[in-house]
Amino acid sequence: MTGIKSSMRSPVPLKIGVLGIAFLFSFPAGYLLWRNFTGDTASLKLLNKTQVLSPLQRSLILAVSVSLTTAVIGILLAWLTTRCDLPGKRMWKIILPIPLVFPSFIGAAAFIRTMNPGGFLNGLLSEIGINNVIEIRGFFGAWFVLTLFCYPYVYLPVAAKLRHLPSSLEETSRVLGFSPLKTFQHVVFPQISQILYAGTLLVFLYTISDFGAVQLLRYDTLTRSIATAQLANKSLSLALGLFLLIIAGVVVFAERIVSKSSSNIDQKEIGPPLEYGLGLWKLPSFLTVCLITLLALGAPLLTLSKWAADGLRRGAGNGQPLTLDSQQIWESTWSTLSISVVTGLATILAVLPIAILISRYRSRVGGIAHSLVIATFAVPGILIALSMRFWSLQTDWAYNLFNNTKALLVFSYVVRFGSLAMGVVLLSVAAVPKNLEDVGRTLGVTKISRFVRVDLPLMAPGLGAAAGLVILSTMKELPITLLISPLGFSTLATRMFLSFEEAFIAEAGILAVILVGLSSLLTWILVIRKSAHL
Amino acid sequence: MLLNSEIKKITHGIFKGILILGLGLGLFACADQKKELDGAAKSIFSGECVKESNETIVIYSGRSENLILPVIEAFVCETGIKVDTRWGSSTDMALLIDEEGSKTQADIFLSRSPGPVGYLDGKGYLDPISSDVLGLVGEQMRSANATWIGFSGRQRVLVYNTDQFGQDTLPSSVFDLTSQEYEGKVAIPGSNGSFVDWFTILIDQYGEQIAGDWINQMANNGARYYPNNRSIVEAVGRGEIAMGLVNHYYNYKISVATGPEHKASNYVFKDNDIGGTLIISAAAILDSSEKVSQAENFLSYLLSPQVQTYFTETTYEYPIAAGVQPNSILPELEAFEIGSIDFDSLGEGFENANKLVESSGILNQ
Repeated sequence: MTGIKSSMRSPVPLKIGVLGIAFLFSFPAGYLLWRNFTGDTASLKLLNKTQVLSPLQRSLILAVSVSLTTAVIGILLAWLTTRCDLPGKRMWKIILPIPLVFPSFIGAAAFIRTMNPGGFLNGLLSEIGINNVIEIRGFFGAWFVLTLFCYPYVYLPVAAKLRHLPSSLEETSRVLGFSPLKTFQHVVFPQISQILYAGTLLVFLYTISDFGAVQLLRYDTLTRSIATAQLANKSLSLALGLFLLIIAGVVVFAERIVSKSSSNIDQKEIGPPLEYGLGLWKLPSFLTVCLITLLALGAPLLTLSKWAADGLRRGAGNGQPLTLDSQQIWESTWSTLSISVVTGLATILAVLPIAILISRYRSRVGGIAHSLVIATFAVPGILIALSMRFWSLQTDWAYNLFNNTKALLVFSYVVRFGSLAMGVVLLSVAAVPKNLEDVGRTLGVTKISRFVRVDLPLMAPGLGAAAGLVILSTMKELPITLLISPLGFSTLATRMFLSFEEAFIAEAGILAVILVGLSSLLTWILVIRKSAHL
Repeated sequence: MLLNSEIKKITHGIFKGILILGLGLGLFACADQKKELDGAAKSIFSGECVKESNETIVIYSGRSENLILPVIEAFVCETGIKVDTRWGSSTDMALLIDEEGSKTQADIFLSRSPGPVGYLDGKGYLDPISSDVLGLVGEQMRSANATWIGFSGRQRVLVYNTDQFGQDTLPSSVFDLTSQEYEGKVAIPGSNGSFVDWFTILIDQYGEQIAGDWINQMANNGARYYPNNRSIVEAVGRGEIAMGLVNHYYNYKISVATGPEHKASNYVFKDNDIGGTLIISAAAILDSSEKVSQAENFLSYLLSPQVQTYFTETTYEYPIAAGVQPNSILPELEAFEIGSIDFDSLGEGFENANKLVESSGILNQ
């Protein structure tokens, strides 16, 4: 798992802390086990072949396909924007993570509206004679849309890693006369492979837990079976939820083995990364990045802003007034911003001890906590929300303390999204050179003060990328926010969802445009601060 | 670990700051409260608000804030009873109440269709509503054992693309959609709440054999699955698919929102066909509620003439309390006679309906 081997025994308080965190992260798994094995029916027996096998097969095929394409696109974008002389690099850094913020139900709907027959882009293409554009639906549609909305899970961590690779090895390789491609293959790739696997794993788990996009694109996966069974056959839906978690556990285990066997180069020095000239490839590269952005961000945004603009025009004219006022918009914007930033920080705090335990002390306790945090990502949000409600009702003490609090909401988010931060934080911790610790020790500073003054600044870019992933995901979260938040608490995403459900599409469009604006602002602040920092 | 507590302190501080700011904003909003309503709420109640009492009821609403909030504002203004609300999808809210059991904060549950209330009724979570309130709607619009009451109606219709079909080429019964003429042309929201409710009624009226045959033949005839009413109406408006089985009011709303580029109209099946059943949205009071009289107060308010008028004018739904006229753009209601249906049996029929839909294979095409 790590490049720094240490014979030191792990400090007991750290171990206990990690055990405590692992306990908290085990709530959803514990709930699914409890419900499946204490109910009046032996619910695992309900899993018969026809109900499970074909949706499962489709879930897996989709998840593998989306993982592969996001891996390729994620690496490509990360490489072009961090290490090449691509025009507009800074702008891309702000724009490229944004597709992550589309809640999949509305992102997919807007995408369909723009691309499918009768839609804007479809019409545009048929004007210039292209009539048989493939319809975005079924497997192809789900794969296409999820690839476009999920590549940031790979792009963000890989870019963070690429930005901080030492240049010496690459320089040596170039001096020895290897082409940039060879250098990438033999020198760069081995150094980013771990973070790439971690990011791709997130895409895999997200895809098998996604419901919003697959149902709109009409690809019948296991999450659809869970949703349909929820009221009609609750035991079956809980059994399927547990089943998803078990699959996730197996995949996470496999990833750990692959990740362990891949080499990891110790970083002896830290310097500015090498930049490569694209030469003739400059224009094609630029156009590729533009195309991806147009599809992932432009296509849905086009429809969303049209809905918003039509609604505003209608509201200003004599048409039906909007069912949304500026105070509600302001209130949910503020809720979205504050709760997601707090969640970002809290998540980093929760996973950092696990990362330190694994990376510094190679502890088995850390390994188990790590797998638990990651596998939980495959559990659909509605089941996580129900599990949190279930546990918070088990004792009067917990009920009185947590009912109707934002603390419970943030805690639930942390459990849902801890996985997003885990991989990147782990690598950031592992990347802090051991010799700096020794220097610190000889200078006589305490462990804590060394951690704050030396280690934290070195980890900062990685931690920032991890927090960014969590923040963008929290901003679009739905089931947990709807079920766990204090009464009367609304975010942009929940108001958007509820408006859209009852076909108030102008209101949904306005909120979606604000959500995209807010997330751009956030990534802009992160990017600007980072550049100043470097 | 010391470090952790340091950082925790800092985030705790941030959290506190946010809380204080939030509280401040809340207080500010309270202090700023007007004596009269504005916006949509004013169309429901335009008088001066009474002083707020210290009574609060909690609503779990499966119908959206856009629609219900003005009603709540008017209710608070007129009665002084305060209301706290959790908004969400009807299914999620029913699942949450099931998880919370007797500890639920909810006094009232508002559901988009009978399925989720039927689910809670089956588990014994609902309290019978008093006959004064029940009397506000006809017998067909409430559950026989008095546990829930309808408050607005939406008719099942066939929405069709006006470029591809005309009224006169459409079938008179939902059973005719299995003919070759409509091969590959019909969209069905197989997993959607209202559709499953309708299909449960179909089983109840015609028996499992006929209902099962119908859905199988629809699947064989290349009917396409869409996840919900909204996505069907939107796709039909673009011409992606020719027609679909939906609730009537989505087409009005999407037409208003997107204008003439949306080329779709509603078609009601002929001669009281079961394809034109009225599906109602329902309100119920939780058994664990300690504020039954205030909750019943709210239910009566939902059925008052001014709120019923508001529903039909804003959402194009059919009012179901006596005396209120539907929105003038709606056709006169000639819905399938549902008087003979025992809604309480639907709760159990729900699982069966889902099974039949699932085994037809339609959800995967």
